[in-house]
Amino acid sequence: MKTPFAITLDVGSSLLNKTGSWRTERPQYLDRLPPCNHACPAGENIQQWLYLTEEGRYEEAWRQIMDDNPFPAVMGRVCYHPCETSCNRGQLDEAVGINAVERFLGDQALINEWRMEAGTSTGKRVMVLGAGPGGLAAAYHLRRMGHEVTVFEASPQAGGMLRYGIPKYRMPREKLRAEVARIEQMGVALQLDTRIDDVLAARDEGAFDAVFLAIGAQLPKRVDIKGNGEPPVLDAVTVLRNTELEQTTGLRGQVVVYGGGNTAMDVGRSAVRLGAKKVTVVVFEAREHMPAHEFEVTEAREEGVTLICLRAIREVHGDTVTLEKMVPGEGRWPQPTGQFENLSADVVVQALGQNVDTALVDALTGVRTAEGVVQVGADMQTGCAGVFAGGDMIPSQRTVTTAIGHGKKAARNIDAYLRNGAYQAPEKHEVVNFDMLNTWYYSDAPRTVRPMLNVMRRQSGFAEIVGNIDQEAATFEARRCMSCGNCFECDNCYGVCPDNSITKLGPGLRFKFKYDYCKGCGLCVSECPCGAIKMIPEDI
Amino acid sequence: MAQIPESLQKVRFYQTGTLTVGNRLLDAEHRSVQATLDRSNSLDSGHRACQGCGEALGARFAIDAAMRATDNRLIAANATGCLEVFTTPYPETAWSVPWIHSLFGNAAAVGAGIAAAMKAKGRKDVRVIAQGGDGGTTDIGFGCLSGMFDRNDDVLYICYNNEAYMNTGVQRSSATPGAARTATTMPVGKDPGNAFNTGKSVPLIAMAHLIPYVATASVHDLHDLEHKVTKAMGVRGSRYIEIFVPCPLGWGSKPSDTVKIARLAVECGLFPLIEAEHGEITGVTKIRSKTPVADYLKLQRRFAHVLKPDNAHQLEQLQAIADRNISRFNLVDDQGGQE
Repeated sequence: MKTPFAITLDVGSSLLNKTGSWRTERPQYLDRLPPCNHACPAGENIQQWLYLTEEGRYEEAWRQIMDDNPFPAVMGRVCYHPCETSCNRGQLDEAVGINAVERFLGDQALINEWRMEAGTSTGKRVMVLGAGPGGLAAAYHLRRMGHEVTVFEASPQAGGMLRYGIPKYRMPREKLRAEVARIEQMGVALQLDTRIDDVLAARDEGAFDAVFLAIGAQLPKRVDIKGNGEPPVLDAVTVLRNTELEQTTGLRGQVVVYGGGNTAMDVGRSAVRLGAKKVTVVVFEAREHMPAHEFEVTEAREEGVTLICLRAIREVHGDTVTLEKMVPGEGRWPQPTGQFENLSADVVVQALGQNVDTALVDALTGVRTAEGVVQVGADMQTGCAGVFAGGDMIPSQRTVTTAIGHGKKAARNIDAYLRNGAYQAPEKHEVVNFDMLNTWYYSDAPRTVRPMLNVMRRQSGFAEIVGNIDQEAATFEARRCMSCGNCFECDNCYGVCPDNSITKLGPGLRFKFKYDYCKGCGLCVSECPCGAIKMIPEDI
Repeated sequence: MAQIPESLQKVRFYQTGTLTVGNRLLDAEHRSVQATLDRSNSLDSGHRACQGCGEALGARFAIDAAMRATDNRLIAANATGCLEVFTTPYPETAWSVPWIHSLFGNAAAVGAGIAAAMKAKGRKDVRVIAQGGDGGTTDIGFGCLSGMFDRNDDVLYICYNNEAYMNTGVQRSSATPGAARTATTMPVGKDPGNAFNTGKSVPLIAMAHLIPYVATASVHDLHDLEHKVTKAMGVRGSRYIEIFVPCPLGWGSKPSDTVKIARLAVECGLFPLIEAEHGEITGVTKIRSKTPVADYLKLQRRFAHVLKPDNAHQLEQLQAIADRNISRFNLVDDQGGQE
């Protein structure tokens, strides 16, 4: 071959030089588990539905939620959002307002009447007891899997504690009704006003193949308080239920609520709305150990509820409540001091938690209860074959979201049971912590504030107190998501590789390493904003 | 003052805005050249630069942007140095642009010659870049560079500044900062490392030639870098861009920290990002969140001695230089940084 003067070799490309042989570690793309997804008791893929919302793909985002949770409009209102508590953005500025976005998507679905379809029929029949969040979630998932489902509910309306426990100002009933109706439209049969006392007889009569129990915890816990019955001592479960049924609640004049949990706040705040003259919540624990969520306490106080902590009610007599002062003892358990004070009251409400009515399961052979709750295996099955249980009646956090998570988990296991198999949960990815992120790349953006009803209107009625965020705000809030552990195609790895050893595969397809040339410098890992690349040692 | 095009400033909030290389939420026109599927990869795989080489990265960023700006009608002249050695061990080359290497000190002159030849041939469409490291630019090639500026030859000269002669074994150059350890400025004695109050700022000297365009850029801020290269290619006459390119080998830093170190150099104020036209400063890139110089220094072994208590005076001197840059170029926004 003829070459120019003084040139003896043809030009060759550096591509012949496979610099990948220098490498001692290789980068690898991976999906890690975002802390929000990890924290969600309903197991929602939050990062993914925020990702879809960022692009304005609201229906797809909603369907992503619906894979795990049939109640986005409800959850966007009543969930205590552990996702936001664990959000990595909280360490940068403020957590992403996940709950507000979920509500936006849930409401979009109701406005646009997005529907879900039942799965291909399997011919199997499942009986669900209790139309609360756990029972309805299980029914929904089972229906999507193609099973026939009938839900039996003792109350006149579906919703369980969502309806008979959580007041309207947090859970507007039309949203609940609409989301329940959507489940009914899938073909789930709802038998209201139907109390089942003999589970197995009902099962056999209806030719059901499996049973899911989700009857909740409906019996009020009470402490014995000395007194002569005047003023009356009521319980929170009954008061809240009567509020919902628009029957006389007995809340009047000076109301004293006993308890430090969210239910105590619900009663106190309902009493304010029902026109009580003065509402005092007496809390056994110290302020910092109150089980109620901080925002519930804050909002209750804004509405005029008075809080007295470290007091035990010892006697109720005439119009006087006698309180004993307590002091913080060892751990969280307060100790009595022998000092007393008086409080005048027209009515006292105990809000000290609820017990499970185990009469239903006591008749079932094999079902074990311990500490007042039903024991289930890892597959949610009780000791009685084919009878599963979930929600507040089994050991749990007793939140709506937990119950919905139980419903999903039970549905998967019931489905496996009906197919004579066992459900294998996929292995969980490693959780992303803040140090795995490169947060320099995220634009500064303060959290969107949700509008709140003014205090005057909150005190005078049961209108919903937390307002909507609009489409622009919801999209903005979704875009605050840092997409922890999941590639969002920012092109950083593709850009910062000094060896041009990454192939961009195009929108939605992510990237691929050219291991022939990657020298293993790790720049892509350091500059990946969301921690979706990891260095793995090479076998040398 | 900000150099980001007006169109980019309208980006209200898109998760990462234009801080990342690409962003699926932005219009294609607001994404970088490096984010495109069809970027020219002017400096392709298989080159022999060290792991995490800032210069290899900076060169691909700059030349790809220039290729885009000139519709791929570009010739590059290269000074001797790492960039030449690691890309072009005869007979292989990693360049996918017409590329020529002559001597250590004459890249500016070769570039000027090519530009003159193109003019003689009437090829106005073909543009010329001359490039080299800091040694070939600030020391050895300085005469040729100054001459090119003086004649206002139609060449963009790009200096990849890694603050020493890395190719020959990390010897001091006139771009080496005070206190830095090199093979010829060892960290011994009362004032270890390179002496303060030595060296020169070629961007400021270039400005003194009143040439049409001078800018500094950094490998950590791709959008800023591409914007400056694109702007430079839109101008005729002599132009100079200095790109800050960390060197893991010479600086004693982790290869994976290259971009981070560049970012910290800018965020602490030691390497100001500026733009000047005809001798006047026309833009500065504001510091996003001001960082102490120690954060930048501690990632590099060449400054290890500075962080020892005995040499606190050196740390103070370096901080004073950064602070002076910040006030001189007004790098920190009164509102607390640029977004």
